[in-house]
Amino acid sequence: QDLSLPNGTPVDTSSPASSSSLLNRLQLDDDLDVETRDLFVTVDDPKKHVCTMETYITYRVTTKTTRAEFDLPEYSVRRRYQDFDWLRNKLEESQPTHLIPPLPEKFVVKGVVDRFSEEFVETRRKALDKFLKRITDHPVLSFNEHFNVFLTAKDLNAYKKQGMALLSKMGESVKYVTGGYKLRNRPLEFAAIGDYLDTFSLKLGTIDRIAQRIIKEQLEYLVELREYGPVYSTWGGLEVELSEPLEGVSACIGNCCTALEELSEDMTEDFLPVLREYILYAESMKNVLKKRDQVQAEYEAKLEAVAFKREDRPKVPTDVEKCQDRVECFNADLKADMERWQNNKRQDFRQLLMGMADKNIQYYEKVCVT
Amino acid sequence: MEDCLAKKMEITVSEAEKRTGRNAMNIQETYTAYLIETRAVESQIEGQCAPVDSLWRRYSEFELLRNYLSVTYPHIVVPPLPEKRADFVWHKLSADNMDPDFVERRRIGLENFLLRVASHPVLCQDKIFYAFLTQEGGWKEMVNETGFQLKADSRLKALNATFRVKNPDKRFTELKHYSDELQSVISHLLRVRARVADRLYGVYKVHGNYGRVFSEWSAIEKEMGDGLQSAGHHMDVYAASIDDILEEEEHYADQLKEYLFYAEALRAVCRKHELMQYDLEMAAQDLTSKKQQCEELATGTVRTFSLKGMTSKLFGQETPEQREAKIKVLEEQIQEGEEQLKSKNLEGRDFVKSAWADIERFKEQKNHDLKEALISYAVMQISMCKKGIQVWTNAKECFSKM
Repeated sequence: QDLSLPNGTPVDTSSPASSSSLLNRLQLDDDLDVETRDLFVTVDDPKKHVCTMETYITYRVTTKTTRAEFDLPEYSVRRRYQDFDWLRNKLEESQPTHLIPPLPEKFVVKGVVDRFSEEFVETRRKALDKFLKRITDHPVLSFNEHFNVFLTAKDLNAYKKQGMALLSKMGESVKYVTGGYKLRNRPLEFAAIGDYLDTFSLKLGTIDRIAQRIIKEQLEYLVELREYGPVYSTWGGLEVELSEPLEGVSACIGNCCTALEELSEDMTEDFLPVLREYILYAESMKNVLKKRDQVQAEYEAKLEAVAFKREDRPKVPTDVEKCQDRVECFNADLKADMERWQNNKRQDFRQLLMGMADKNIQYYEKVCVT
Repeated sequence: MEDCLAKKMEITVSEAEKRTGRNAMNIQETYTAYLIETRAVESQIEGQCAPVDSLWRRYSEFELLRNYLSVTYPHIVVPPLPEKRADFVWHKLSADNMDPDFVERRRIGLENFLLRVASHPVLCQDKIFYAFLTQEGGWKEMVNETGFQLKADSRLKALNATFRVKNPDKRFTELKHYSDELQSVISHLLRVRARVADRLYGVYKVHGNYGRVFSEWSAIEKEMGDGLQSAGHHMDVYAASIDDILEEEEHYADQLKEYLFYAEALRAVCRKHELMQYDLEMAAQDLTSKKQQCEELATGTVRTFSLKGMTSKLFGQETPEQREAKIKVLEEQIQEGEEQLKSKNLEGRDFVKSAWADIERFKEQKNHDLKEALISYAVMQISMCKKGIQVWTNAKECFSKM
């Protein structure tokens, strides 16, 4: 489409954002090479804090970097979940055209799960670690000042309060959230992405349900197996010559139970959370698409207004263009990124399941029936 | 085992057929008939192919044969028949007697029964058994003519003996206890196994849903599409594999079932012993009391309370002639009784000896068979796991190509 103003001046499409995005695209490929990376972040060491008002968990966030933006080469701070939540919101506000990685769910949906249980804390820690690593890998987000503060500040709360006072910054982001403009046609490319995301989250949701069903069936199978094994033992007690083989079978079944338990645990702890994370990712991507739509709608409406009023040079369309451009670039990059991630993730899952199947076999082979 | 029929003759139950006919009450019924084929082995060695004789029998005839054998050879642990009705089923398995899978498994069970009888050193020589295999018409009449039903002990009598016997052979008491426990543990095992099979079936089948989702998902993906699609295929294979696996396991269950029913046969031998022993004890008791009576009458002393004694005291004593007559009768009875007791004792000892010999034979057979059954079960499980590994390895490969 030819983007030119009624008076013939071509709209500047080669904005700084475009050239930087080109650079960024190159940078993204390099990011996979560990040696060129200059920022490393880890989340570990969860600790429980009991205060008069509440009990909560903090995690240690360790940073190692050679970047100029950081005063020191190393940092170690403690952060709690609401700090991560704050960071994410800040990132969304300040970089509205970018895709911010998802956080693990704030509240546990299942209800009866213990917020302080080892498994829950560990699952959360892994997710938070992944969240920060994704930001670290992102060429633009990793340079965000809020991110910097998050990694380095001793007292994050003081900074948070400071940020709240600057309402002017809020005003900017509000513009993108409350558009009120209606988009007539979503460009084919984005419509396709939208459709893809819809189907994608649908399919992931189905897989999540199937995986949960399998785990449930496996646990029921486990219950029966637990009764099955000891019966052979009882029988063994009855026999003389056969007691050894019967005991052997009983022991093997016991081993199978253990292996199966491990499999179910691993699926619950490693497989399911990642599925859910990608579903969240898809949701936030859809939101970005919507925002993009808003921006485009605004641009088109303003363009019409300009054509109608014959104004000289509207400032807004240029900005809008800039944004649109950025969105396009980053959307494509992130999608490519996601594919790669998905690829590797799946390999990990299946390796996990394979390992479990292997363990099963080993135990079965120990059957000491002569 | 040299004289075993099984060595001289090849026996198979090769086919099963649905038939309709009229029963004794002239009501139409449907039943399954089984084809028994026999062929002499010796002539095969000479290089000739012996002709195959065949006849059709139905389950009720097998039952008649077994009843006859149980009554005629009470000291033998008679091989059991496969179950009459489908028991220990899990949800996919049909409980219908006409179901082809059930009929097939029963056919195998009946063949197994015939082979067991034919390889038993004592049972294989029975003429009725031989006729069962070779003579189509008039067999039922032949069996009934033996009058074996008259020899059968009533259930009530046997139950009575079980409770009242005082000194059964300790080994039989232990054996009875063992067979009760064996029955209980095997039926528990079979019940749980059926539930385990049910659950395992569920686990495998749900994986089939992965196949469908992966296929649908692959349609919207570019680079990941092929990998997902092929992985989905493997999930389908995985889900389908459970059918064969569980069918094989049914065979294992049948092997266990045979010994479940064998336990009943063991019990029957114990019961016979109890009956004989009780009989013996009653006869001995009777003899003792008669001797006592005799003595009392002879010496005139009443050692034990008896109604006769009391009445004679109350209403006057008998005349010496009456007493003499009574003593004579008693002495005759005592002599008869002593002879009977002697022969009963002999019978009892013979029974114990031959029964125990067969029980030892049975024990060896049982240990051997069950060991083999457990081994093949383990092999089955290993093969199941290997298949699982194969499928997941294939799936993994597909995923790695995404």
